[in-house]
Amino acid sequence: MRVCIVGCGAVGSLFAANLAQLEDVEVWAYDLAREHVDAINADGLRLTGAGEVAGRVKATADASGLPACDFAIVATKAMHTEPAISATAHALAEGAVASVQNGIGNEEAIAGHVPRVIRGTTFPAGKVLAPGVVQWDVKGDTTLGPFEPSPASMEEIERLADACTRAGMPTHAVADARPAQWRKVVFNAATNPVGALTGLTHGRICERPDLRALVSSLVDEGKAVAAAQGIVLDADPEELIDHAARADVAYGHKASMLQDVEARRATEIDYLNGGISRFGRELGIPTPLNDALTALVKAREASWGQVLHSQTRSQGGV
Amino acid sequence: MIERVCVVGAGTIGSLFAGHLAQVVDVSVLTRRREHAEALNARGLRVTGRSDLRARVHATHNPGDILDFELGIVACKGVNLDAAAGALEGRFPEATLMTVQNGLGAEEVVRRHGRWPLISAITFMSGTRHSDTEVTYVLDTPTWLGPYEDTPQERVEEVAALLVSSSLKAEAFADLRPAQWSKLVFNATVNGVAALTALPHDFHFAAEAEPGDLGRVVRSLMDEGKAVATAAGIAAGEDPWEMNVLATKRGSAHFPSMLEDVEAHRPTEVESINGALVREAERTGVAAPLQRALYALVRGKEAAYS
Repeated sequence: MRVCIVGCGAVGSLFAANLAQLEDVEVWAYDLAREHVDAINADGLRLTGAGEVAGRVKATADASGLPACDFAIVATKAMHTEPAISATAHALAEGAVASVQNGIGNEEAIAGHVPRVIRGTTFPAGKVLAPGVVQWDVKGDTTLGPFEPSPASMEEIERLADACTRAGMPTHAVADARPAQWRKVVFNAATNPVGALTGLTHGRICERPDLRALVSSLVDEGKAVAAAQGIVLDADPEELIDHAARADVAYGHKASMLQDVEARRATEIDYLNGGISRFGRELGIPTPLNDALTALVKAREASWGQVLHSQTRSQGGV
Repeated sequence: MIERVCVVGAGTIGSLFAGHLAQVVDVSVLTRRREHAEALNARGLRVTGRSDLRARVHATHNPGDILDFELGIVACKGVNLDAAAGALEGRFPEATLMTVQNGLGAEEVVRRHGRWPLISAITFMSGTRHSDTEVTYVLDTPTWLGPYEDTPQERVEEVAALLVSSSLKAEAFADLRPAQWSKLVFNATVNGVAALTALPHDFHFAAEAEPGDLGRVVRSLMDEGKAVATAAGIAAGEDPWEMNVLATKRGSAHFPSMLEDVEAHRPTEVESINGALVREAERTGVAAPLQRALYALVRGKEAAYS
């Protein structure tokens, strides 16, 4: 089978390098970072950290060079889904396309361009260390299921899950992937913007009673929006949040949105809290705190466009 | 008759009071730092912008050296208020003291240190402090005054008239609380949002067209604050939302002090502003989830300094 990784950053590279270990899988990668693409083509794709893996992957920054693929795994940042899938759709028309991205709304965007879509959520994480080299920070499971309005067949989903599992990325094919996806979305939406706005690590947020209460209120809004769609989360986000706060788990972890804010990169707020707010509006479920945190983080992004002249600042009344 | 004024704390607001009042009365200044007092004594105080003034003041950093006065303007930051009022304890029994701190509760802090007649004041003027002896007067918006406890209204009006005679804008009110609450709700919201977003008080704060627009959150925060004021029995004052819209239209965006503080990793006034509002919400039983969130987030941001 031929698999295309659309967006070969940290998470995309974990799938690409591991799948490339299998005799029966040919891995292609589409990514706009030309240095990364060139390094992968010259020296292969290498993972280090939680696993040491080196794989042969055919990489390209030019989507017109992609052959027809049986499967695609979309792993771009959520705000890049639309242009990435639009560019690669010609090679994926006969295949099944899975999202393993953060947030909600990615499958909807993908389904606008290809017929058979797989809803997915994944927990492994890492970071790009250098062109062609990716740090594998955390191992974890992936869950794949049909995207209900425009589904891939269960047989296809099981084939992809089987390949990922054999490659060292444990993956479950399920009839309903929404409980796993919403568990992750609710977890991330309750913790990421709080970290991004305050600068605190996950553990320090959780040890402040007022912020921990805010996190719980955000969880409650997210659960209400999930429940209104008939989704019962597959694990309690509150327990996962407290577990992650332990010193031996992720006390010192800076949420990815905080890392984005510190680097002045666009965040995925529109697909996390903004996604919960959007679904809430459509379902008639109020989400005032998610609305507020979405607007605050977007305003923080807007501040990077401001030119600050300290000598023109005035102080006093306010 | 007020002939001698002592300004306690010569930040931006204190410097604007001292520089203007020195044109009509004797002004002494109590500073926190010795070098600040020495600079003022050596060079005087320069005010530019809306006014063009040079003022001679008598400055000291030692409370024991303060000259006698009829009016004390306590213009230090809220975090330094208790120490400043403590330095005046047991002295100047004939004087009237006026507090101009942001938020709520400054009068109670000063009252713990003495029985002076107190005047509540809130100021909307703003400036830019360039050095210990130079300040630009940016917004010549008024200072509002009102009696605290049994301070006679004539005293309040006398002080307001003194400020006006020095070319500052001032107005005396019989009950300042509606105005205090309007400014509290405005300040808690604008300062808190600016501190978290790093945006100056610009057009974003009044934008409401799209669901993710900041003005929608600002309006909801202000609605919560107004509900708390109503529950606390405060008559409606100026609408903070209208104040917000007006302020964002005046051209140059203002940098709220809480944003300046978090950028410099200084303690903010979050306790006396957002904390005061949230505690009042708890006392009156008003749910104010967004104001609570804002308060918790700004406190978290302060905690992240270290």
